[in-house]
Amino acid sequence: MDPDTLVDVRGLNHWFGSGEARKQALFEVSFSLTRGSFTALMGPSGSGKTTVLTLVGCLRAVQDGSVRLLDHELNGATEAGLVALRQRLGFIFQGHNLHESLTATQNVMMGVQVRRGVPDPLARQAASHALGLVGLADRAGYLPANLSGGQKQRVAVARALVGNPALVLADEPTAALDKDSAAEVVDLLKRMGRARGTTTLLVTHDNRILDRADRILTLQDGRIARDEAPRG
Amino acid sequence: MSRLLQALFGRLPIGWLQLTHNRTRFAAALAGVAFANVLVFVQLGIMNAMGTATLKPYTFFQADLMISAGDANALSEGGNVARQWLLQAMADPDVADGVGLFVGNVPWDRGDKDISLTTFGVDPAKPGFMVPDIAADLGLLEVQDAALLDRLARGIGKEEAAAIRPQTPLSFETQGRTVTAYASFTGGGGFGGDGYMLVSDQTFLSLFPARTSTAPDHILLALRPGAAPEAVIARLRALISDPSLRIRSFAEAGQEDLRYQQTRRPTGIIFGFGVLIGVLVGLVIVYQVLSTDVADHLREYATFKAMGYGPRFFLGIVLEEALVLGLFGFVPGLIVGTTILTVMGKITTLPLAMTPAMAIGVFLGTLLFSSLSGTIATRRLAAADPADLF
Repeated sequence: MDPDTLVDVRGLNHWFGSGEARKQALFEVSFSLTRGSFTALMGPSGSGKTTVLTLVGCLRAVQDGSVRLLDHELNGATEAGLVALRQRLGFIFQGHNLHESLTATQNVMMGVQVRRGVPDPLARQAASHALGLVGLADRAGYLPANLSGGQKQRVAVARALVGNPALVLADEPTAALDKDSAAEVVDLLKRMGRARGTTTLLVTHDNRILDRADRILTLQDGRIARDEAPRG
Repeated sequence: MSRLLQALFGRLPIGWLQLTHNRTRFAAALAGVAFANVLVFVQLGIMNAMGTATLKPYTFFQADLMISAGDANALSEGGNVARQWLLQAMADPDVADGVGLFVGNVPWDRGDKDISLTTFGVDPAKPGFMVPDIAADLGLLEVQDAALLDRLARGIGKEEAAAIRPQTPLSFETQGRTVTAYASFTGGGGFGGDGYMLVSDQTFLSLFPARTSTAPDHILLALRPGAAPEAVIARLRALISDPSLRIRSFAEAGQEDLRYQQTRRPTGIIFGFGVLIGVLVGLVIVYQVLSTDVADHLREYATFKAMGYGPRFFLGIVLEEALVLGLFGFVPGLIVGTTILTVMGKITTLPLAMTPAMAIGVFLGTLLFSSLSGTIATRRLAAADPADLF
């Protein structure tokens, strides 16, 4: 595998259900992601985007085919091995999924403290720094309920990036945002990813942000239909 | 508090922050735990009071051994013992002295209410069988129908009791006779009577004409210094030809009485079940609070799972919540429980009180059962599948 390749997916098949209800969701999917790249994964609902994201993100067991992530083969990996790998990833969810009882700083600290042995002051310092980078230094002590949708998603970005992950997996991070907020979040993700050498795989339906991706993968009925650079 | 827990756990006190985020729900949860604590405290207080009240009359006497009828599970229960066994026991070289003890309940019509006095008939010529406080006044019982009265008996006023002296005795009618109390001693209301009275064996037989001097309820024996009680008991068993009689040390008799009251009498069993129900109520309340909390935060937990947090982290959060609930629920439970026991003790004159052992025991029990509830509640975390977040 090319040393510059962070994720290498080869001949990936995946099924849901069992018996007669068993349905194949992915068919021989193959692609690779290089370090520092920003890739958009597109496709209609049910095309298998989320399945790819959860398999690459170590959230599901690989059934057939190969997924190499950070030089680890995920097919046959133990649960403990998957959990350990997940600690090296950053996740951004459509619903931001911030903890309602934790302030912005505390939410971001969770992205650091997942690695045992990080002292509390250091985690707090890293969280404050990350919040500053996403322009929310003045909202550090706010609970999510007191933040706007865009601000919450920026906190989620800070949480995903604060631990310097090798790979950020983002699922429709702009779906609930207006045009300006969406552009702001994606630019932020791309800018910070580039500065830190982080690879980003972003699932989206949002055509507004496609021109910001380095590469667009399109899934159709569980197969890679197109692999292209954005137009214009 | 948040900083203290943070320093303690070395991580964000998520459990504490989650619980205190919704203050109304937190207060309701604490009230529930406190309620369970109060239930346990009250039941334990009553059980303790029963124990103290059961053993109280044993503190009036000084004896090494006690012979009772086979069915005499308690001091005031069971059949009689033939006096001939007292004489037989006295034949043992290590038995220094012996006395018959009569027990019965007499009513006292106080006008506004009737009270019942557990009455002991003793030989006034043998003060060595009574504790020093009572022994000092035992000579007063030589007079027919004289009595020593429990100054803490339910229904007798403090001032009235304090005024009982040989110069200012208190007379009252009972069992068709006029009994006169010349002195008082410290007893207290129990579950079998409102207080105690000591009379001579002769006065006792006057109060209970159906009883005879040849059949006391128990026989108390004093051993010579240095005698081995177990060896004397073994010899007495061989010497006394009635195998149904219970021959045991006086201290053992008290403990047997206590066990009987707690495990075989309905009151003891009911109070025991009361404690169990309190514990179960607490368990269910804490479980309900924690499992609801887990269910409410399933999405956040799934997010943490996705980020790479393992099962120990989640168990830590839920146990943290359980300990916070246990600790903070205990304090108001202790305050309310102590108040209720104090008020109940004053009303009933039962020895109801919060003891350090009770408080520590319930505190540790609360933490233990809260943790147990928390551990059970973590099973709901299995439903937090991070793959469902996408």
